Parts: sequence; structure tokens; C-alpha cells
Amino acid sequence: MRRRNFLQYTSGAAAVAALPSFRGLDAEIARALTPIPSADRKALADAALTAAKSAGATYADARLNRYLSQSMSARDGRISSVSNSESYGCGVRVIASGTWGFAATNDLTPEGVARAAREAVAIAKANARLQTEPVQLAPVPGYGEVSWKTPIEKNPFEVPLSEKADLLTAASAAALGAGARFVNASLRFVNEQRYFASTEGTYAEQDIHRQIPGLNVTVTDSATGRFQSRSELSAPMGMGWEYLSGRPAGKVAGPGTSKYGTFYDMIEDAGRAPEHAKEKLAARSVTPGKYTLVLDPSHLWLTIHESVGHPTELDRVLGYEANYAGTSFATLDKWKSKSFNYGSPIVNFVADRTQPHSLAAAGWDDEGVKCKEWMLVKDGILVDYQTIRDQAHVLGKKESDGCCHADDWASVQFQRMPNVSLQAGKTPMTPEEMVSGVDNGIYIVGDSSYSIDQQRYNFQFSGQLFYEIKGGKITGMLRDVAYQANTQQFWNSCSAICDRRDYRMGGSFNDGKGEPGQVSPVSHGCSTSRFDDITVINTARKL
Amino acid sequence: MPLDEREARALIEKVLGRSKAEHCEVSISGGRTGNVRFARNTVSTSGVTENTSLRVTSSYGKKSGSASANAFDDDTIASVVTRSEELAQLMPEDPEWMPPLGPQEYSPTTEWFEPTSRYGAAERAAAAAGSVLPSREKKLITAGFLSHSDGWNAQGNSSGLFGWRRATGIDFSVTSRTEDGTGSGYAARDEHDASQLDADAASRIAMEKAEASRSPRAWEPGKYTVVLEPDASVELIGNMMFSMDLRRAEEGRSFLAAPGGKTRMGEQLLDPRITIVSDPADPRTPSSPWDGSGQPRERTVWFDKGVVANLACSRYWAEKTGREPLPGPGRIQMTGGSASLEELIKGTERGVLVTRMWYIRSVDPQTLLYTGLTRDGTFAIENGRIAYAIKNFRFNESPVAMLANVEELGTPLRRSGHLIPPMRVKDFTFTSLSDAV
Repeated sequence: MRRRNFLQYTSGAAAVAALPSFRGLDAEIARALTPIPSADRKALADAALTAAKSAGATYADARLNRYLSQSMSARDGRISSVSNSESYGCGVRVIASGTWGFAATNDLTPEGVARAAREAVAIAKANARLQTEPVQLAPVPGYGEVSWKTPIEKNPFEVPLSEKADLLTAASAAALGAGARFVNASLRFVNEQRYFASTEGTYAEQDIHRQIPGLNVTVTDSATGRFQSRSELSAPMGMGWEYLSGRPAGKVAGPGTSKYGTFYDMIEDAGRAPEHAKEKLAARSVTPGKYTLVLDPSHLWLTIHESVGHPTELDRVLGYEANYAGTSFATLDKWKSKSFNYGSPIVNFVADRTQPHSLAAAGWDDEGVKCKEWMLVKDGILVDYQTIRDQAHVLGKKESDGCCHADDWASVQFQRMPNVSLQAGKTPMTPEEMVSGVDNGIYIVGDSSYSIDQQRYNFQFSGQLFYEIKGGKITGMLRDVAYQANTQQFWNSCSAICDRRDYRMGGSFNDGKGEPGQVSPVSHGCSTSRFDDITVINTARKL
Repeated sequence: MPLDEREARALIEKVLGRSKAEHCEVSISGGRTGNVRFARNTVSTSGVTENTSLRVTSSYGKKSGSASANAFDDDTIASVVTRSEELAQLMPEDPEWMPPLGPQEYSPTTEWFEPTSRYGAAERAAAAAGSVLPSREKKLITAGFLSHSDGWNAQGNSSGLFGWRRATGIDFSVTSRTEDGTGSGYAARDEHDASQLDADAASRIAMEKAEASRSPRAWEPGKYTVVLEPDASVELIGNMMFSMDLRRAEEGRSFLAAPGGKTRMGEQLLDPRITIVSDPADPRTPSSPWDGSGQPRERTVWFDKGVVANLACSRYWAEKTGREPLPGPGRIQMTGGSASLEELIKGTERGVLVTRMWYIRSVDPQTLLYTGLTRDGTFAIENGRIAYAIKNFRFNESPVAMLANVEELGTPLRRSGHLIPPMRVKDFTFTSLSDAV
């Protein structure tokens, strides 16, 4: 098997040693961080685009992406695994005979990528006989050679492994010292060195960073055989090593327990988790019924993701996901009416791929569209969807919203969710003030179980911590709590949103969609919000 | 081109030859996948991907590190080996580290089929056409996906272990919806051998279900007798099977934990007619003859007539507790009955026919409680026949309770790689209604 790889595009260890920022790093990690020269990637991309056009493509794009990942995990205070992975290849997407075709290869030679391009054209032509209308692309400017980088203070891949191991060990020790029976802690860092080129004349080079810390602390009761766990209250972020610095500016005081914003203190969080898990073990099982819910951003992000992010994906609305992820209740007639009450008048959802520190942030999407911000729900009314180039015409839009993304060079790009966030309340309000106004409610912190139907009507969510609110005060912890609602009913029951001071992001590294399945990273911002008259069920069972 | 056994062995030896570590473990793989996706009665995306993978784990004493890349040239091999060694040397000792296994005997499995290997663009387009064209005629809207793969993998280590396998697979699923959006039906089939896949038949079933499920009526949520098609139950049963771990049970953090630090091994948890095994050599659902650590996978009985018969045990936990290690299940085969789906329906006075479940998520690991929804065809059964379509439900139910409440089992069918029978179950818990179609 003759495979050429990235080493052909670097100057090897000698050049690495000359890069001052990598001094003291292991040679192999330093090599992987050395950018692949743009000229080399441009030459390969042009080889693919030229071959596609020669074979009959009317449009083509090539993505030459290198993905680095580093993960480390600790079990009960000891480092149990460390792993580095690297993947580099080329995906070529074409339109031929009005139909899409795609092929990908890790054979990174001009002949290899040209062969993939020709195969993509052949696939498009084979499927064209079933096509009812040719693909229509919204216009996009050719941006020439452009670049974008995730704004980070410190590249996590440059941080010595020993420092990462020390953090996980210290966090685990804090949990074990506070009475945890088991603790799992982990770090994962991703660097995507993306290169996009299209026949429209854009060559976009992007350096994307993101990370996800993980924590799971378990306490057991051997007399009863019962156990409870508490997971991290952090969020995955599009940030560098600075997110894990635990800087005081990231700490958010408030009801129940402290939470985290743009900086995470893993050791502090791990030290508090056993007490929370023990409280859950001893907590009263919830009485099912209707409650006022006060939802912290560490919890509410996931409800936004499932009940607003997914239903406003235009590919779902149109039926392209009908066989897997499903369709959407937010149909075009509701949008056209300009009067569909998605939520109460204080509910405003904004979509973007530009929010600093967010997981979906980028300069250009995977079909060369510049990323932007736009409204999906304004004053409670559904006003827009998420589109890519071949969908914009359906809404009469003149341009794509820049939502095209693929999770790998080997995956075909398609419409993926941008960050979808609930705008902060305009009336000054803190979470404490919100809790003080609730007579019979539950304050939920952290995400856990989540499930929603294929049209995004009926959902059920659980959480990490459930604080009972009686007469405006938190009276203790509850367990076995899950709430069920209908999306429209839920967002119309939103009666208060805390102001900008409480705004924080949560997110997912692995939002799943598409066939074959792809994952994408996405963030959702919000402030603590209040929802009235929500059905809470008790999830306790006996086997 | 795929590497055959001899080429794979030579490549692994080449990688091992570069190693300076005390122990070195290598896994390599490669393959080609193709797919076609269709929706709105036309093809949406289609493509092929070729890739390779090289993963090296190096160890010094109880310190180990892993690195991977997706090429096999000399530079990449040197780079991955060096990186794994650098990582290993920087790591603290892991007290649970186990030395690599020596040479193993693996039972032969038949996982590769030539018709799947040569599946291409024309076959993919034909499978899509088998759903798209009749849907246009019947004024239905179809969406579906076909994917096929031909892949190989091999593993070896510095203690002499070596294994190689090559496997093919093909999966087809299709959802048919009525134009008015009030009916939806689904069917899915998967095989190792493409010549055994009847995609057109699956497309017909999805269309029939879509038409039959139009304009559903609402039934109140509550506990119902249900008839579960294998597509509906396979994920819940799989979730239970992959939770059968001895260590977690003995540590008190599993549905199989019992008071006093004991486990529920030997307890009658499921209906006595149910036996669940995993056998990599089963010709209907063959699977890898080894697990990730290189341990041979042999036929294992997990539930024997409803009794917990075995729990998976890692090599570390086995050594610590003085037991034999036992790899977890791969594909499972569940048996216990011989009724047809029609006979199960005929024996139901009043109940719900569930054809598919969706968005299944864990709610409480202590009781293995899951929530999820019915989807793409839910029907009322009255007096032994399908009476009319009903709206979808959300459920909160444990597969353990579900399989303890079995009234009757049917003949197992292959779904999602497992052999699962249709079954009739009493007291299945639906907690709310969904408007989704």
C-alpha cells in the first residue's frame, strides 16, 4: 500500500526545533502542531477541483483536513489512559448532472485526490436518473485565500502531559477526599486544521480548537445496593487551556451550588460532587405533579438544543432527515404565517457561528460561506430557519446562513446546527430573585437524561441536581425527577429570564445527525429561566 | 486494496520492529464504504470513502500510551510508534495495567461475502429506485439510507498475539410518509451478504405501514399489553446486554448490584422462556472472534432460561478477584418462542403494536430505566386484530421489567445485527402522548 502522508508537507523535526513556541515539547507532538504549508494543500485541492471539472462537474469543493485529538482519563485517582490520534485526508464533493456526489481518500497525492474527484462525479451521474430537480446553489462570493483561528490564550496541545495528569489526579483526590467511592475524570482536546477550496474561488484555512472536560463521581450505599452519581458542571468550550485555569472570574455564585462560566475549576467541582451525590442518595423522592421549574444554563442548554436547535434545521423541516433524526413540527406554513407562537413574547432565539468560546464558531462553513448571526425566534414568533447553499432558495433567501459542516474529511458536509441561544432577559433579574418569586417549584442544575420525539413535540429531561423550592426558598434536594412537556407549550410557559449577568453557555461535542451518522460540536447560551406549570414525573422503580 | 492475512502480519511485524518499548500492541485496519441517501422521493447524497488506521500502544512497566494515524508508510509508522512511546514514558503507572496477551486461538467466523464486496454505484442507485419509484406512484414520500462496507482489521503484539479478519456488511433502512403527514412507516434490514438483502421488500413494508398508520387516534397513556416487533425492542435489549459487567455489579453501581455488596448472578430476572447468548460463529449474525484486548470471544450464555448466567469480566478484575476473564457480548441471539408476529397479535385481546422505538436514553442506571418514544407506525390491537392506528407514546420502562413481563415469544429475526424475537409483553409503561408522526 503506497500512502503518502503529512510528513511530505513538513520539513520534519529539524524545522520543528526551529519553532520557538514548541520548545521543550515532545518532537512528535510538535511535528503534528506544525501547520501543513498552505501552498501544498492548495496544490492538492486544485488537482481535485480540476479533475472534477474535467469529468463534468459544474461545481466542486475539496476539503483537506487534518484532525488532532488528545485524550487522557483517570480512574479513582490514577491515570488510566492517554491517547493521541491524527487523521488527514481529502473529501471531494461535486455537482454533476444536477446531482450531488462525494468521495474521500487518504491517498494524498495529486493522482489520489483526482481519482476521488472522478469517482464523486461518477456517483453523481449514476444517481442523476432519480433526480427530480437539479441542485440550486445560493450565490456565494469567491473570497480568495482567507484564514480564521479559534481565539485561544494557550494551545492545549502545547501543555505538558504531566500538567494534565496533575489536574486529573488532583480533581480525583478532591472527590475521593470528600467521600466519593468512585471517580472518573477526563480531558479531551481537539484541533482541526481545516483547508477548504471550491470552484467558486475560495481557499479557506482554519485552525479550530475545542475541549471537553469530564467528571463522574459516584457514592454507594452497600446496605441497600443503591448508588448515585454526579457529573461535571462544566461545559465543552471552544477555548484553550485557559478554560481549565479555574480563574475566579469563571465562578458563578447563586442558589444551591456554585456554577461555572468561561473558566472551570475542576478540582473545586470534584470536591463538591460527593456531597451532592450523598444528598441525592438521602433526598426525598419527588411527588409527581405540576411545578414551576427554574432551570440553570448548565441544564437549559440541552432543552434549547433539542426543542429549538433541531426543529429549526431546514433539512428536517423539508424531510431530508425523515429516515433517521426525523422531521419537524416547525413547518413552513407556521413560518409563513408570521404568527406562530413558538414561545412567550420574552423568548428570543438567535443563531450564530460567531459567538466567542462557542463550539460552532468558525470563519467560513464547509462550503465557503462566511459565518454570521441571525434570529430564529423573535418576540416569541418563529421567523427563520438554518440553511445551507442548496436550501436557501426554498425560503426565498439570497444567501446561505453558513450552516454546512462535516465532522471529518471522510464525511460529506450537510446542514448542521449553529449555536442556538436564548437571549438574556431585558429586565434586571438574578437567579436568587427568580427563586424568591417561586412558591412551589424545582430548581434544576446540570444536564442528564434527555429524549424527544422525531418531530420535536414531546420531550423528557432530567438533571444532575434538583432543589425543591417552597415559598421562595430552597428547602432541600429531591431525587427521581424528570419533566415532560410539549415544545410549544413549554416555551410559551417561559415567564421570566434572568438578565445578561447570568448568561452562560453549555454545549455538546457530539450532536448526532445524518446517515452515515455524523457528530458536530455546538453551544447554546442562556440565562437562568422560569417555566410555569410543567409536568414532573417520578422515575423511581423497583426491579 | 485490502491487506490479506500475510500482508497484515508483515505490516504488524514491521511496526513491532520499530518499537523500543517493553511491550508493544498494534492494531491496523482499512476498508471501503459506500452509501446512498434518499429523501423527498429523490437521491440526496451519495459517496464512497477509503481509509486506513494504525494504532500503537507502547508500555514500560505499568506505564502505557497510545497513538494513531491513518496511513501505513514508513514515516507514519515511525511517527506513531515514537509518539506512543513518548506518551507512555511521560505517564504515571496504572495499577490496573495488564501485560499484553500471548498467542491466542480464535474460532473461525464467516464474515466476508463477495456480493457485498463488489457492491457499487449502480446497485446503490437501484436500491434507492426500489423505494423512490413506487413511492412516487403511490403518492407517498420516501426517505432512506443504504450503506455497505468491506473492511479488514488485524492486531498483534510483542508477546506473539496475532489475529486477522475481513468482514462485509450492508444496511438498508427506509421511512415512508403520507403526503398529508399523518402516516409514517419504517423498515430496516441488515446482512453480511448483499445477495441476502431484499431492499425492495423492506420498501414495500414501509409503504404499507405508512398507509395503515394514517390519521391515528389518541389512547390515554398508561400500562398496556404490547406486541413489540424486533425493530422496537432491539435497542432496549442491547442496552441491557452491554450493562452486564461483573466489576460494576460488585462495586455496587449497576442494576445487577444486590444489597450487602453482592450481585444478582444466579437470580431469575427474566421470564424463564428467555435465553440470551452471544456466539461469534452464529452463521446468521457472525461477529468478531476477539474483543478489544485480544481475548477470544466464544459462545457465552448470558441469561439461561431467564437466570443471570454470566457477567463480563475484564482481565484486571479477573486477576484481582481470582476469576477467569470473560469478554462482553458482541452480537446477541435471543430465543424462547416460535410464534409469528400475526399469531402474537391474534393472541392479544387489547394492546398496542409497537413497530419502532426512538430516542432511547437512560433515566436511572439503578433500575436500568429508559425513556423513549414509539415511532413510524403504532397500532391498536383489539380482539386479536390490528384495529386502527394510534398516536405515538413516550415510555419509561426497564428492559429487565419488559423481559420479565413477557407473555409470548416469536421466532427470532435479524435486526441491527442481533437476533431478536417479536414478543408480547404485559404492563408496558407509557407515560405521555406525542403528537409526532
